[in-house]
Amino acid sequence: MERTEAELIAAVLKGDSASFEPLVEKYSPRVFATARRYARRESEVEDIVQDIWLKAFERLASYRGEAPFEHWLMRLAVRTCFDALRRHQRNRETTFAELTDPEEDWLDRFVSQPETASEDAAAARQLVARVLEQLSPAARLVITLQEIEGRSVKDIAKLTGWSVPLVKVRAFRARAEMRRVLEKITKEKYL
Amino acid sequence: MKLVELERKLIATARANPPSERVPYAFEKRIMACLAARPIPDRWAMWGRALWRAAAPCVAIMLALGAWSLFTARSTPPPGDLSQQLEQTLLAAVDQDQPADYAQ
Repeated sequence: MERTEAELIAAVLKGDSASFEPLVEKYSPRVFATARRYARRESEVEDIVQDIWLKAFERLASYRGEAPFEHWLMRLAVRTCFDALRRHQRNRETTFAELTDPEEDWLDRFVSQPETASEDAAAARQLVARVLEQLSPAARLVITLQEIEGRSVKDIAKLTGWSVPLVKVRAFRARAEMRRVLEKITKEKYL
Repeated sequence: MKLVELERKLIATARANPPSERVPYAFEKRIMACLAARPIPDRWAMWGRALWRAAAPCVAIMLALGAWSLFTARSTPPPGDLSQQLEQTLLAAVDQDQPADYAQ
Protein backbone atom coordinates (compact mmCIF):
# COMPACT_ATOMS: atom_id res chain seq x y z
CA MET A 1 0.00 0.00 0.00
CA GLU A 2 1.28 3.43 -0.91
CA ARG A 3 2.07 5.62 2.07
CA THR A 4 0.66 9.12 2.36
CA GLU A 5 2.81 12.21 2.36
CA ALA A 6 2.25 12.78 6.08
CA GLU A 7 3.30 9.20 6.82
CA LEU A 8 6.45 9.58 4.75
CA ILE A 9 7.37 12.82 6.51
CA ALA A 10 6.73 11.29 9.93
CA ALA A 11 8.92 8.32 9.00
CA VAL A 12 11.76 10.61 7.89
CA LEU A 13 11.51 12.56 11.11
CA LYS A 14 11.77 9.30 13.05
CA GLY A 15 15.05 8.57 11.29
CA ASP A 16 13.98 6.58 8.24
CA SER A 17 15.83 8.61 5.58
CA ALA A 18 14.74 6.24 2.80
CA SER A 19 11.19 7.55 3.14
CA PHE A 20 12.45 10.84 1.78
CA GLU A 21 13.03 9.35 -1.69
CA PRO A 22 9.35 9.17 -2.77
CA LEU A 23 8.99 12.84 -1.83
CA VAL A 24 12.01 13.74 -3.97
CA GLU A 25 10.63 11.70 -6.83
CA LYS A 26 7.18 13.28 -6.62
CA TYR A 27 8.15 16.92 -6.32
CA SER A 28 11.39 17.12 -8.33
CA PRO A 29 9.64 18.10 -11.61
CA ARG A 30 8.10 21.13 -9.90
CA VAL A 31 11.35 22.05 -8.18
CA PHE A 32 13.31 21.72 -11.44
CA ALA A 33 10.85 23.96 -13.26
CA THR A 34 11.24 26.59 -10.53
CA ALA A 35 15.03 26.41 -10.58
CA ARG A 36 15.10 26.68 -14.38
CA ARG A 37 13.38 30.06 -14.12
CA TYR A 38 16.41 31.46 -12.30
CA ALA A 39 19.36 29.58 -13.77
CA ARG A 40 20.24 28.93 -17.38
CA ARG A 41 22.97 26.32 -17.29
CA GLU A 42 21.72 22.82 -16.54
CA SER A 43 24.60 22.07 -14.16
CA GLU A 44 23.68 25.16 -12.16
CA VAL A 45 20.02 24.10 -12.11
CA GLU A 46 20.95 20.66 -10.77
CA ASP A 47 23.12 22.20 -8.05
CA ILE A 48 20.28 24.49 -6.98
CA VAL A 49 17.76 21.63 -6.89
CA GLN A 50 20.17 19.48 -4.90
CA ASP A 51 20.64 22.35 -2.46
CA ILE A 52 16.84 22.70 -2.13
CA TRP A 53 16.39 19.00 -1.33
CA LEU A 54 19.24 18.90 1.18
CA LYS A 55 17.78 21.94 2.93
CA ALA A 56 14.32 20.36 2.85
CA PHE A 57 15.68 17.25 4.54
CA GLU A 58 17.53 19.27 7.18
CA ARG A 59 14.56 21.50 7.94
CA LEU A 60 11.81 18.94 7.65
CA ALA A 61 11.19 19.18 11.39
CA SER A 62 10.08 22.80 10.87
CA TYR A 63 7.24 21.62 8.58
CA ARG A 64 4.20 21.61 10.82
CA GLY A 65 1.77 20.02 8.42
CA GLU A 66 -0.73 22.89 8.53
CA ALA A 67 -0.28 23.72 4.83
CA PRO A 68 0.42 21.25 2.01
CA PHE A 69 4.00 20.01 1.87
CA GLU A 70 4.29 21.38 -1.66
CA HIS A 71 3.70 24.95 -0.44
CA TRP A 72 6.38 24.59 2.23
CA LEU A 73 8.77 23.11 -0.34
CA MET A 74 8.11 25.83 -2.92
CA ARG A 75 8.80 28.53 -0.32
CA LEU A 76 12.11 26.86 0.38
CA ALA A 77 12.78 26.49 -3.36
CA VAL A 78 12.09 30.16 -4.14
CA ARG A 79 14.28 31.34 -1.26
CA THR A 80 17.11 29.03 -2.28
CA CYS A 81 16.86 30.27 -5.88
CA PHE A 82 17.02 33.86 -4.62
CA ASP A 83 20.16 33.02 -2.62
CA ALA A 84 21.65 31.42 -5.74
CA LEU A 85 20.83 34.55 -7.78
CA ARG A 86 22.56 36.73 -5.22
CA ARG A 87 25.61 34.43 -5.18
CA HIS A 88 25.93 34.56 -8.96
CA GLN A 89 25.20 38.25 -9.31
CA ARG A 90 28.83 39.08 -10.04
CA ASN A 91 29.02 36.58 -12.89
CA ARG A 92 26.15 38.10 -14.82
CA GLU A 93 28.03 40.75 -16.73
CA THR A 94 26.90 40.10 -20.28
CA THR A 95 26.30 43.30 -22.19
CA PHE A 96 23.75 43.96 -24.88
CA ALA A 97 26.52 44.26 -27.42
CA GLU A 98 26.56 40.48 -27.29
CA LEU A 99 23.08 40.06 -28.76
CA THR A 100 23.06 37.17 -31.19
CA ASP A 101 21.97 37.54 -34.81
CA PRO A 102 18.58 35.82 -34.30
CA GLU A 103 17.90 38.06 -31.30
CA GLU A 104 18.71 41.15 -33.33
CA ASP A 105 16.53 39.89 -36.17
CA TRP A 106 13.64 39.35 -33.78
CA LEU A 107 14.06 42.87 -32.42
CA ASP A 108 14.18 44.28 -35.96
CA ARG A 109 10.99 42.42 -36.80
CA PHE A 110 9.38 43.71 -33.62
CA VAL A 111 10.33 47.30 -34.49
CA SER A 112 9.03 47.08 -38.04
CA GLN A 113 5.93 44.93 -37.42
CA PRO A 114 5.31 44.14 -33.76
CA GLU A 115 2.48 41.69 -34.56
CA THR A 116 4.72 39.44 -36.66
CA ALA A 117 7.36 39.01 -33.98
CA SER A 118 6.38 35.62 -32.64
CA GLU A 119 6.26 34.91 -28.91
CA ASP A 120 7.26 31.31 -29.54
CA ALA A 121 10.45 32.15 -31.38
CA ALA A 122 13.63 30.81 -29.84
CA ALA A 123 15.21 34.24 -30.27
CA ALA A 124 12.44 35.84 -28.22
CA ARG A 125 12.97 33.29 -25.46
CA GLN A 126 16.69 33.97 -25.48
CA LEU A 127 16.07 37.69 -25.36
CA VAL A 128 13.79 37.30 -22.34
CA ALA A 129 16.45 35.25 -20.57
CA ARG A 130 19.05 37.88 -21.43
CA VAL A 131 16.89 40.73 -20.11
CA LEU A 132 16.12 38.84 -16.90
CA GLU A 133 19.82 38.16 -16.39
CA GLN A 134 20.49 41.88 -16.44
CA LEU A 135 18.13 42.52 -13.54
CA SER A 136 19.13 42.56 -9.89
CA PRO A 137 18.25 39.37 -7.98
CA ALA A 138 15.28 40.95 -6.19
CA ALA A 139 13.94 42.50 -9.40
CA ARG A 140 14.30 39.23 -11.29
CA LEU A 141 12.53 37.31 -8.55
CA VAL A 142 9.62 39.76 -8.40
CA ILE A 143 9.24 40.01 -12.19
CA THR A 144 9.27 36.22 -12.46
CA LEU A 145 6.76 35.65 -9.70
CA GLN A 146 4.42 38.53 -10.44
CA GLU A 147 4.58 39.15 -14.17
CA ILE A 148 5.51 35.74 -15.55
CA GLU A 149 3.91 33.35 -13.06
CA GLY A 150 1.05 35.78 -12.37
CA ARG A 151 1.16 35.48 -8.57
CA SER A 152 -0.47 37.97 -6.23
CA VAL A 153 1.48 40.30 -3.93
CA LYS A 154 0.27 38.29 -0.92
CA ASP A 155 1.45 35.07 -2.50
CA ILE A 156 4.86 36.56 -3.24
CA ALA A 157 5.14 37.82 0.33
CA LYS A 158 4.48 34.29 1.59
CA LEU A 159 6.93 32.71 -0.82
CA THR A 160 9.77 35.13 -0.24
CA GLY A 161 9.25 35.97 3.41
CA TRP A 162 9.12 39.69 2.57
CA SER A 163 6.38 41.94 3.91
CA VAL A 164 3.52 42.97 1.58
CA PRO A 165 4.68 46.63 1.39
CA LEU A 166 8.22 45.47 0.63
CA VAL A 167 6.96 43.29 -2.22
CA LYS A 168 5.03 46.26 -3.61
CA VAL A 169 8.08 48.53 -3.42
CA ARG A 170 10.31 45.88 -5.00
CA ALA A 171 7.76 45.21 -7.75
CA PHE A 172 7.63 48.91 -8.58
CA ARG A 173 11.43 49.14 -8.66
CA ALA A 174 11.68 45.91 -10.67
CA ARG A 175 9.41 47.24 -13.41
CA ALA A 176 11.45 50.43 -13.58
CA GLU A 177 14.64 48.40 -13.71
CA MET A 178 13.29 46.25 -16.51
CA ARG A 179 12.29 49.30 -18.48
CA ARG A 180 15.79 50.72 -18.03
CA VAL A 181 17.28 47.47 -19.34
CA LEU A 182 14.98 47.49 -22.36
CA GLU A 183 15.79 51.15 -22.95
CA LYS A 184 19.47 50.22 -22.96
CA ILE A 185 18.88 47.52 -25.60
CA THR A 186 16.94 49.76 -27.89
CA LYS A 187 19.25 52.73 -27.41
CA GLU A 188 22.31 50.68 -28.28
CA LYS A 189 20.62 49.24 -31.30
CA TYR A 190 18.35 51.88 -32.68
CA LEU A 191 19.81 55.26 -31.70
CA MET B 1 10.01 51.91 -30.38
CA LYS B 2 7.35 51.37 -27.78
CA LEU B 3 9.13 50.07 -24.71
CA VAL B 4 5.91 49.17 -22.93
CA GLU B 5 4.87 47.09 -25.92
CA LEU B 6 8.25 45.35 -26.04
CA GLU B 7 8.06 44.65 -22.32
CA ARG B 8 4.58 43.19 -22.72
CA LYS B 9 5.72 41.05 -25.64
CA LEU B 10 8.70 39.67 -23.75
CA ILE B 11 6.61 38.90 -20.66
CA ALA B 12 4.08 37.16 -22.90
CA THR B 13 6.95 35.17 -24.43
CA ALA B 14 8.11 34.08 -20.99
CA ARG B 15 4.56 33.12 -20.02
CA ALA B 16 4.03 31.17 -23.22
CA ASN B 17 7.20 29.17 -22.68
CA PRO B 18 7.22 27.75 -19.15
CA PRO B 19 10.45 26.01 -18.15
CA SER B 20 10.71 22.27 -18.59
CA GLU B 21 9.88 19.96 -15.68
CA ARG B 22 12.32 17.34 -16.92
CA VAL B 23 14.24 15.61 -14.14
CA PRO B 24 17.65 14.09 -14.92
CA TYR B 25 17.74 10.31 -14.82
CA ALA B 26 17.98 8.88 -11.26
CA PHE B 27 18.17 12.32 -9.72
CA GLU B 28 16.42 11.09 -6.57
CA LYS B 29 19.20 8.48 -6.16
CA ARG B 30 21.74 11.28 -6.30
CA ILE B 31 19.92 13.17 -3.55
CA MET B 32 19.68 10.05 -1.39
CA ALA B 33 23.39 9.39 -1.91
CA CYS B 34 24.17 12.96 -0.85
CA LEU B 35 22.05 12.51 2.26
CA ALA B 36 23.74 9.23 3.10
CA ALA B 37 27.21 10.75 2.64
CA ARG B 38 26.50 13.64 4.95
CA PRO B 39 28.18 13.48 8.37
CA ILE B 40 25.71 12.70 11.15
CA PRO B 41 25.55 15.68 13.50
CA ASP B 42 26.95 14.77 16.92
CA ARG B 43 25.29 16.84 19.65
CA TRP B 44 28.17 16.40 22.10
CA ALA B 45 30.70 17.49 19.51
CA MET B 46 28.55 20.54 18.71
CA TRP B 47 28.36 21.46 22.39
CA GLY B 48 32.11 20.92 22.76
CA ARG B 49 32.88 23.18 19.82
CA ALA B 50 30.50 25.87 21.08
CA LEU B 51 32.02 25.77 24.57
CA TRP B 52 35.56 25.97 23.19
CA ARG B 53 34.52 28.97 21.12
CA ALA B 54 32.98 30.61 24.17
CA ALA B 55 36.09 30.02 26.30
CA ALA B 56 38.19 32.79 24.73
CA PRO B 57 35.59 35.59 25.16
CA CYS B 58 34.93 34.41 28.72
CA VAL B 59 38.63 34.60 29.59
CA ALA B 60 38.82 38.04 27.99
CA ILE B 61 35.81 39.25 30.00
CA MET B 62 37.28 37.77 33.20
CA LEU B 63 40.61 39.52 32.63
CA ALA B 64 38.88 42.82 31.82
CA LEU B 65 36.74 42.62 34.96
CA GLY B 66 39.79 41.67 37.05
CA ALA B 67 41.75 44.63 35.71
CA TRP B 68 38.78 46.92 36.26
CA SER B 69 38.22 45.82 39.86
CA LEU B 70 41.93 46.15 40.59
CA PHE B 71 42.01 49.64 39.13
CA THR B 72 38.90 50.84 40.98
CA ALA B 73 40.14 49.33 44.26
CA ARG B 74 43.37 51.31 43.98
CA SER B 75 41.76 54.55 42.92
CA THR B 76 39.21 54.67 45.79
CA PRO B 77 40.49 55.57 49.27
CA PRO B 78 41.00 52.54 51.53
CA PRO B 79 38.15 51.98 53.98
CA GLY B 80 38.74 52.59 57.66
CA ASP B 81 38.09 49.14 58.99
CA LEU B 82 37.16 46.37 56.59
CA SER B 83 36.06 43.88 59.25
CA GLN B 84 33.74 46.43 60.86
CA GLN B 85 32.15 47.28 57.51
CA LEU B 86 31.68 43.61 56.69
CA GLU B 87 30.03 43.05 60.08
CA GLN B 88 27.69 46.00 59.55
CA THR B 89 26.71 44.79 56.12
CA LEU B 90 26.02 41.27 57.28
CA LEU B 91 24.03 42.35 60.33
CA ALA B 92 22.13 45.16 58.60
CA ALA B 93 19.10 42.97 58.04
CA VAL B 94 19.09 41.76 61.65
CA ASP B 95 19.31 45.34 62.94
CA GLN B 96 16.29 46.34 60.89
CA ASP B 97 14.21 43.39 62.08
CA GLN B 98 14.75 44.13 65.81
CA PRO B 99 11.71 45.66 67.59
CA ALA B 100 12.09 49.18 68.88
CA ASP B 101 11.82 48.27 72.62
CA TYR B 102 14.45 45.56 72.32
CA ALA B 103 16.79 48.08 70.73
CA GLN B 104 16.44 50.30 73.77
